[in-house]
Amino acid sequence: MKKFKTIVSVTMAAAMSMALLTGCGGSSAPAAPAASAPAEAKEEAAKEEAPAASSDATFKIGMIGPLTGGAAAYGQAVQWAAEIAVDEINANGGINGYQVELKCEDDELDAQKSVNAYNTLKDWGMQFLNGSVTSACSIAVSEETKIDNMFQITPSGSAQDCTNYDNVFRVCFSDPAQGTASAQYIGQNKVASTVGIIYDSSDVYSSGIMENFVKEAANQDFEIVSSEAFTADSKTDFSVQLQKAKDAGAELVFLPIYYTEASLILQQADAMGYDPIFFGCDGMDGILTVENFDTSLAEGLMLLTPFSADAEDELTQNFVKTFQEKNSIVPNQFGADSYDAVYAIKAACEKANITPDMSVSDICEAMKTAMTEITVDGLTSVGMTWEASGEPTKTPKAVIIENGAYVTAE
Amino acid sequence: MLSFLQYLISGLSLGSIYAIIALGYTMVYGIAKMLNFAHGDFIMIGSYVIFTVVTTLSGGSIPGLLVAIVCCTLIGVTTERIAYRPLRGAASPLAVLITAIGVSYFLENLALLVFGSDTKSFTPVVSWSGLVLADGKLRIQGVTIITIIVSIVILIALQTFVNKTREGQAMLAVAQDKGAATLMGINVNRTISITFAIGSALAAVAGALLCSAYPSLTPYTGAMPGIKAFVAAVLGGIGSIPGAMIGGLCLGIVEILSKTYISSQLSDAIVFGILIIVLLVRPTGILGKNIQEKV
Repeated sequence: MKKFKTIVSVTMAAAMSMALLTGCGGSSAPAAPAASAPAEAKEEAAKEEAPAASSDATFKIGMIGPLTGGAAAYGQAVQWAAEIAVDEINANGGINGYQVELKCEDDELDAQKSVNAYNTLKDWGMQFLNGSVTSACSIAVSEETKIDNMFQITPSGSAQDCTNYDNVFRVCFSDPAQGTASAQYIGQNKVASTVGIIYDSSDVYSSGIMENFVKEAANQDFEIVSSEAFTADSKTDFSVQLQKAKDAGAELVFLPIYYTEASLILQQADAMGYDPIFFGCDGMDGILTVENFDTSLAEGLMLLTPFSADAEDELTQNFVKTFQEKNSIVPNQFGADSYDAVYAIKAACEKANITPDMSVSDICEAMKTAMTEITVDGLTSVGMTWEASGEPTKTPKAVIIENGAYVTAE
Repeated sequence: MLSFLQYLISGLSLGSIYAIIALGYTMVYGIAKMLNFAHGDFIMIGSYVIFTVVTTLSGGSIPGLLVAIVCCTLIGVTTERIAYRPLRGAASPLAVLITAIGVSYFLENLALLVFGSDTKSFTPVVSWSGLVLADGKLRIQGVTIITIIVSIVILIALQTFVNKTREGQAMLAVAQDKGAATLMGINVNRTISITFAIGSALAAVAGALLCSAYPSLTPYTGAMPGIKAFVAAVLGGIGSIPGAMIGGLCLGIVEILSKTYISSQLSDAIVFGILIIVLLVRPTGILGKNIQEKV
């Protein structure tokens, strides 16, 4: 049924516009502080020879994302986090001794505008692209970067197709990779030895995660004892799926679904006196915001997430502090992804000894190899590496709901 | 064996919800001879009214239900007056059917506008947690028992009303032949208005019980249960009040058992497949009367 997609998209749009309201206090000017007056003077010169690299002695990183409109909370987080990363890098001597400039362009969540933004940044002399923020925009831009052989890293484009080309990498887990990561997390942390799955077989996001979860489960030290589906047309009654998981003795029920159905599952499990550990992916994020929902039902619910602002390591603490000084809001996973994207560019540049006078295409070729050789200790994971396909390999983290709030799980 | 019983109870629980929605469907169809596809959305509106009274205004469940019954009745009668009555004389019976689909989308989008698209968690009207039998191996939820009792009470009340009162007799006459009923001095418009009022009031009750059993409320909450309940009404014999009850319970049990023993993905295919077979073998449904068309 199309209706479900409508609900999800409208819900998300509403959530985002709420976030926009809270985020308005901060600076929303698209120009980054790093892109100062000299950059404008050089802009004309850069235009002449684009897309060939400019002879300026600075690295130019472009960023595209929805800085205004329905998904502004995502785009602004990516912008602010990228600014923080660039400021830090410049303060510590830049990349290979060269300073870094950042320019951010708005795509308003529109794929066509994303391509326009890309062309604007290309005229500016961009050498690396951190973007776009959302999947559809990222895919549209990757068609262009492919032609220009421009290095692209998307912080948060999670759809499989975002990294179709070899010049595109990503920081976040892809949708299906969340299944693999969840299985690894459950196996490595010995969360449970018997697992039941309830998934939406009519939704590509849910069934994609489920398939990869099952594949990875074979390598892990737990057993899948039940795997039951539901469809968009029958997503109110979960008594059978839960009863089967209960009868099979599942200690943990994996829910790669959206939080609306998950809230019903939690309620029905409670009514039938079944109390396993529930484990979800990013679609579960939002369950605490369901109006009038008894959050005590979600107590102990775990969900896989790349970033949790309450993590106690120094890197996260400093990032959260700087981010809050800048905009007085707690950064979300989009910001963390963007911060890591900039540091990944830095690490790869240093690995391959890239200098700003190289052409865009030469930089991209060097980056393609270098990206697979680097290891980045970032906000979203320690010891992140990349495959040539553009997919990151990182340690999955999980949060657990305790007293109605997210806490990092052990 | 115990687990089979537990699944059977789950089936009854789902079926009782279908049954109570189907009662409203079949009531309107039986008298006005029109399919009110917006019935599921009356249920959704009723649930939102209860949610608003109980949660936002912190009123009790019973006042909430009463307000919802009044609101749904008003909406039902108004819809009938504005959208359906002018089309009653239309050349094609399809006109009013299409209008009903239009009303359904109108109400859904109105709810999106007024209440927003985010999911609301409904506070169950029935707070009784139900029975636990056989050392906790069998559980019957309170809302299931209440739903079945309420369905039976409504069934008996409707049967008595239709067969024993003057208004009920008028309804039967209108159902048989509107033209002849008019000639006999029956006010057809008024009778059909009353039918809609009763059907919509039932929608409010059904909404309270649906959302108590499955407490997640969105503007699309009523849509799918409405369609399933329509199937239940057809299965039982559309227009027949006891048929709606039996059809609903059968549909719920078949759905749960096919989910359990065949496939959780194919349950809808099986349910609708059974509907096709029943209609091929017995086009009037389980309790439907076989009326010969006179040529």
